[in-house]
Amino acid sequence: MLEIRVHGRGGQGAVTSAELIAIAAINTGRFAQAFPSFGPERRGAPVVAFCRVDDRKINIRAKVYNPDAVVVLDPGLVTLLDPTEGMVEGGILIMNTRKSPEAVETSKGSSIRIATVDADRIAIEELGRAIVNTTMIGAFIKVTGLISINDIRGPLLDRFGSKLGERNLKALERAYHEVAIKG
Amino acid sequence: MGKVRKGVEVSIAIADAVAQADVDVIAAYPITPQTHIVEHLSEIVADGELDAEYVPVDSEHSAMSVCCGSAAVGARTFTSTSSQGLALMSEIFFIAAAMRLPMVMALANRSLSSPLSIWNDHSDVMMVRDAGWICIFVENGQETYDNIFCAFRMSEDPEVMLPVAVNLDGFILTHMIEPVEYEDDDLIRRYLPEFKMKNALHPDHPVSMGCFGMPEIYTEAQMNREMGVRNSYPHIVKAWEEWGRLTGRHYRPVETYRTDDAEYCIVTMGSYGETAMEVVDALRAEGEKVGVVKIRLWRPFPLDEFRAAVLGKKHLIVVDRAITFGGQGGPVATELRSALYKRDGAPTIVNYVAGLAGRDVSRKDFRSIITEGRKKAEAGDTEGFTLYGLRG
Repeated sequence: MLEIRVHGRGGQGAVTSAELIAIAAINTGRFAQAFPSFGPERRGAPVVAFCRVDDRKINIRAKVYNPDAVVVLDPGLVTLLDPTEGMVEGGILIMNTRKSPEAVETSKGSSIRIATVDADRIAIEELGRAIVNTTMIGAFIKVTGLISINDIRGPLLDRFGSKLGERNLKALERAYHEVAIKG
Repeated sequence: MGKVRKGVEVSIAIADAVAQADVDVIAAYPITPQTHIVEHLSEIVADGELDAEYVPVDSEHSAMSVCCGSAAVGARTFTSTSSQGLALMSEIFFIAAAMRLPMVMALANRSLSSPLSIWNDHSDVMMVRDAGWICIFVENGQETYDNIFCAFRMSEDPEVMLPVAVNLDGFILTHMIEPVEYEDDDLIRRYLPEFKMKNALHPDHPVSMGCFGMPEIYTEAQMNREMGVRNSYPHIVKAWEEWGRLTGRHYRPVETYRTDDAEYCIVTMGSYGETAMEVVDALRAEGEKVGVVKIRLWRPFPLDEFRAAVLGKKHLIVVDRAITFGGQGGPVATELRSALYKRDGAPTIVNYVAGLAGRDVSRKDFRSIITEGRKKAEAGDTEGFTLYGLRG
């Protein structure tokens, strides 16, 4: 089982990221869960979404405490919280930042892998605004190999319609190619 | 709709099931965490995909009043609520059962105020425990989808004629995206044919419903109600068995997991059963002889099946998700202690109340509850209950 945590701010689409990954995995015949950290919606406040993917039925009805992969949509969040909290050894932190992975320091040191991509820039260029939830899925796909770009295409177009969906897909594909990985 | 497996939010799957059940009337007032269910239903009706009356009422009290009216004329009727909504609805909620009006409610279980909380526990359904509704608990999206159809089938059975509440944990299930296998419309129509109610309200065949009851008749009316709920039991089982034959997914009033050679068991009701199974698997691998007993049917209480499942075990660790203030434990444990009183081979019961208002109960927490609970049972510390995770 792979456990994923997505950090974002209310309104940035962290929940949508988790949902799209889960639906894509389910469509390949696997089992998955996606769920928000339940609570009143607060635009701009830090929010968390969770996702689990497995080959067998998932029986856990609790939050993700020890993620294998963490996606950070908003680089500013690291001043408020530690996105690596509880991460398993060998887990991967995937950040939206202009920094190279070598320049990212975490409390986990070399026990986790780090991937970075300038998703803000990609999203602004492709979508006209810095909404990076779909863009970051491209980086996630590249570094985890959990699903393919082809798997995410259907759920993405279902969610956003063909016109906006294709633009999101292009941003996602760019992140797939531009993400840099350390470790 | 054809048979399809899809990744879907459980609330959406419920709304889709209600549409597939071809309901005639939906009356509901939105309340967190039930909102997505009724929002999606209103879309389905507005888009013309379901020929039904969606009544956007002014309150839950009105919602249940509309449901009683529509059920009384024989319309297939659905509603959904949570927490304070159920509290506001409760006056008419009792009347729906007393008048033997078939309808189905998706009850997205949530805590009651105060303090104001929108999160999940079982305090709402326990408030109406004694209303005379059939109460089912589900553990995942598939069970929720399936039990919407089973609930209509039970409710409309001429031998039952009672409202049915399908209880699902708010947020934990309502806001979860997971795989659900949708069934083909033809299968649903075979399982759930058009509802033809005997003695429905009709101007050509006048009947009286909900009459004034003098002391000379009230007792008999209550006994009639009690017999109605009690006698629904075999028809509930039959509805599940028929669903199992058609879909291969089987439901029982009490379900067990790895209990055959278990010395002791954890008892759950609702979505926690799944996490409990996961932890029991881990403990089994360490040599613990532990199993899970899950209460799926809360009312009518499955006394015989429950006893058959647990008599001969040493201990039960019962996890409740509500408190009966000033009582002897959570409502489930209190019921189970009563069911086993002075029975030969009755296990001792240790009661935990956990997960109030959405406090997460992780695998680690379940492991603590099971190992601590076993120690308490062995030490004879079986009175009252322990509020798990209480700080300070």
